[in-house]
Amino acid sequence: MLAFIIKRLANAVFVMLSVTFLAFVIFRFVGDPVDQMLNEQATQEQRDDLRERLGLDKPFLVQFTTFVGRAATGDFGISFRNQRDVLDMIAERFPATFELVLVATFISLIVGVPMGVITAIKRQSWYAETMQFTSIIGISLPSFVVGIGLILVFSVWLGWFPAFGRGDTVDLGWWTTGLLTPSGRMSIVLPALSLSLFQITLVMRLVRAEMLEVLRSDFIKFARARGIPARSIHFRHALRNCLMPVVTMTAMQIGGLIAFALVTETVFQWPGMGLLFIQAVTFVDVPIMAAYLCIVALIFVVLNAIVDMTYAVIDPRLRGAEK
Amino acid sequence: MKFSRKLQSVTLGGLTAVLLATSSSAETVRWGAPRDIVSLDPYSYGDSYTINFLNNIYEGLVRYNRDLQIEPALATSWEVVSPTTWRFTLREGVKFHDGADFTAEDVLASLQRVTDETSPLKGNLPAYKSATVVDDYTIDIELNGAYPLLLNDLTNIHIFDKGWLVANNAEKPTDVSAGVEGYATFNTNGTGPFVLESRTPEAQTILNVNENWWDEPKHNLTRVEFQPISSAATRVAALLSGEVDFVDSAPVQDLPRLEAASNLKVLERTDLRTVMLGFNRRDELVAGGENPLNDLRVRQAMQLAVDMDLIQQKVMRGKSRNAGLLVAPSIPGYSEELDTPAGYDPEKAKALLAEAGYEDGFEFDFVCTNESYVNEEQFCQAIASMWSRVGLNPKLDIGPTAKQTPKRANGKADVYTLGWATLPMLDTYSILVQVLHSKTGNSGVFNWGDWSYPELDKLTQSAAVELDRDTRLQMETDALKIAKDEVIMMPLHQQPMAWAVSNAFSDFPQFPDNKPRMWYVTK
Repeated sequence: MLAFIIKRLANAVFVMLSVTFLAFVIFRFVGDPVDQMLNEQATQEQRDDLRERLGLDKPFLVQFTTFVGRAATGDFGISFRNQRDVLDMIAERFPATFELVLVATFISLIVGVPMGVITAIKRQSWYAETMQFTSIIGISLPSFVVGIGLILVFSVWLGWFPAFGRGDTVDLGWWTTGLLTPSGRMSIVLPALSLSLFQITLVMRLVRAEMLEVLRSDFIKFARARGIPARSIHFRHALRNCLMPVVTMTAMQIGGLIAFALVTETVFQWPGMGLLFIQAVTFVDVPIMAAYLCIVALIFVVLNAIVDMTYAVIDPRLRGAEK
Repeated sequence: MKFSRKLQSVTLGGLTAVLLATSSSAETVRWGAPRDIVSLDPYSYGDSYTINFLNNIYEGLVRYNRDLQIEPALATSWEVVSPTTWRFTLREGVKFHDGADFTAEDVLASLQRVTDETSPLKGNLPAYKSATVVDDYTIDIELNGAYPLLLNDLTNIHIFDKGWLVANNAEKPTDVSAGVEGYATFNTNGTGPFVLESRTPEAQTILNVNENWWDEPKHNLTRVEFQPISSAATRVAALLSGEVDFVDSAPVQDLPRLEAASNLKVLERTDLRTVMLGFNRRDELVAGGENPLNDLRVRQAMQLAVDMDLIQQKVMRGKSRNAGLLVAPSIPGYSEELDTPAGYDPEKAKALLAEAGYEDGFEFDFVCTNESYVNEEQFCQAIASMWSRVGLNPKLDIGPTAKQTPKRANGKADVYTLGWATLPMLDTYSILVQVLHSKTGNSGVFNWGDWSYPELDKLTQSAAVELDRDTRLQMETDALKIAKDEVIMMPLHQQPMAWAVSNAFSDFPQFPDNKPRMWYVTK
């Protein structure tokens, strides 16, 4: 088991290094931060001087190793544009993104699981067909279109929810939450809904497929033969057997949602990490871009490692394969 | 039912709610901005949007009035003692927001901070050499040469309190390369009409009125809530749903809809920014081969082949102003006489090309960005197709600014777009020295095509040290005439700008430099 964990950790470090390296390769093509940092009146000499002080004139490999060396000690530098500590900026925005993702995941389970069950047990009914059909829309509409649509209907026409922002937040010292204030709760509805739409479809389709599989299995047939009521069979016995893959998928998707939230955050001006990243790209704010990519990669790596290790604990065959 | 729901959502709408509840006693402007300010430190980043916003909190020695004329602010008067020494008399009785008195020491500390080696705004005060405090309310500014535009530059140099800077270890600007944060990035202490209450980056920055402001307020606001909303569609939605009551960047395509809303008014005019095309003037084109763009007839032909009226009507929806000169009408140095657009004459364009020996056209790179200027992608496409019609073969290359700028700056573009507003200087000298002058020493930073016109350079250099305003402006106009005759750059138009505000405001002046100034707003 120890060897397995060490191996997983080594893999994780390798993945992180590769992501950082790729990120640095990409940065060379996004443009020159100095052009954006100085205004129209700055002279050529001032431009060259700043470029030199930032180390941007150094060869690629030197810049990369300096960055990795510093990042290993948790020092990502300060933002070119905002002149603030990059880790602080990300830490300040992480709660917003994480709350949005959690609420979106919650919505997708609450809505997606029952829909999946219904479409599996009432396959021929018109409403199951309708759900199946609408889920295609959910999966194929780009999220910015969904976001703008929601804003138009619920903010401009009906005036029920705010169109942008996070509302009032409560500062708990290490975490700011919008879920404890009425305005914060109202503000999260539209962005979470827009982010969860894709997830709902995914959960629904997964549950449906699993349910169809389980409903064909022998123990369900026995249960039916024993005269157990249909509702109990469907929701107690069959559904429970479907949930394992759903939980795994949901956990793995949290990383994806954190990365994916940037479109939703831009549309709703949600002050999260994605919005920070988008702006950093526009202004070629290299320290923020680098730190963001590293942290998102870290979240993916950690989530995957946890899932893998849990599997290894549950399934002894996986442990054996490592020998 | 509908009403109570709406009321509930407003009450729950948080910030919005607090305001509405108190709006009877307080005059608040809720400002939906296209972007956030980058920092609370006015010397942090060469960004005029941030500097302008911070002008609500901080002030300079001089400022622009409603007509964009320079008027006294923290300085009450000034005199040119010798061509390189200016003496400023400072206003007495001014207090910083923390109660400290404003004196000449504060001016000195601020000037030293902004001109520090590591200051990104050093270029905003190019002529500064040193300053000497004469007494508490008099300061001499020493320049490194005769320089007529000192006052223009000083409008953008905000004054800090020396004691506050020293106490918080912020006498030097924040140096990003050192990797250490600065106190002034998070805190403010100015003399301006508004005081900072709180700031949450990307969410909101709140200002309250400064009851102890030295000047007689021309506004009646008590509170400014600045909320960035970067998505244009969301910004418009927030305005329509009443969550904000002012946006300073309304998308051109949404204007009819905003105009139709009964509770809003749209403010439109053309910007100071002139959008133009530049030409590669090196010996070879980017793709190799002899460069036809060095032939004046070719450049004239390219100008005549573009139907700017059509672009004005179709692409810019009638909102832009076609330009015949490289600066806008309100910029000193502009001449109405010279501002005659070249016109549209494809036959003559073809004839000129044939005369120059290019009747079969030639291929060149045409580099545009997709977001720098209003509807840039569309007008670039239109221009490219108009050029194709006279037989040229432009290869249109559109991408984000951050990606296109290195291409243009490194000579990897044959024809490119550039917009120049002469900000923050507001004088033709800005475009002459930065764009049109040969790339030598500190001049011609934006001379991306690498041309050289000695006569123009000479006029620019003379204008730089000419203290007589009329003589200097004549030199600048003469230089602009050379640029026009030689088609060094091809002016397109002054782009439109649009703000939209709630009808609740009785006075909301719109400035051609596209900077909202809250101290002129009445609700």
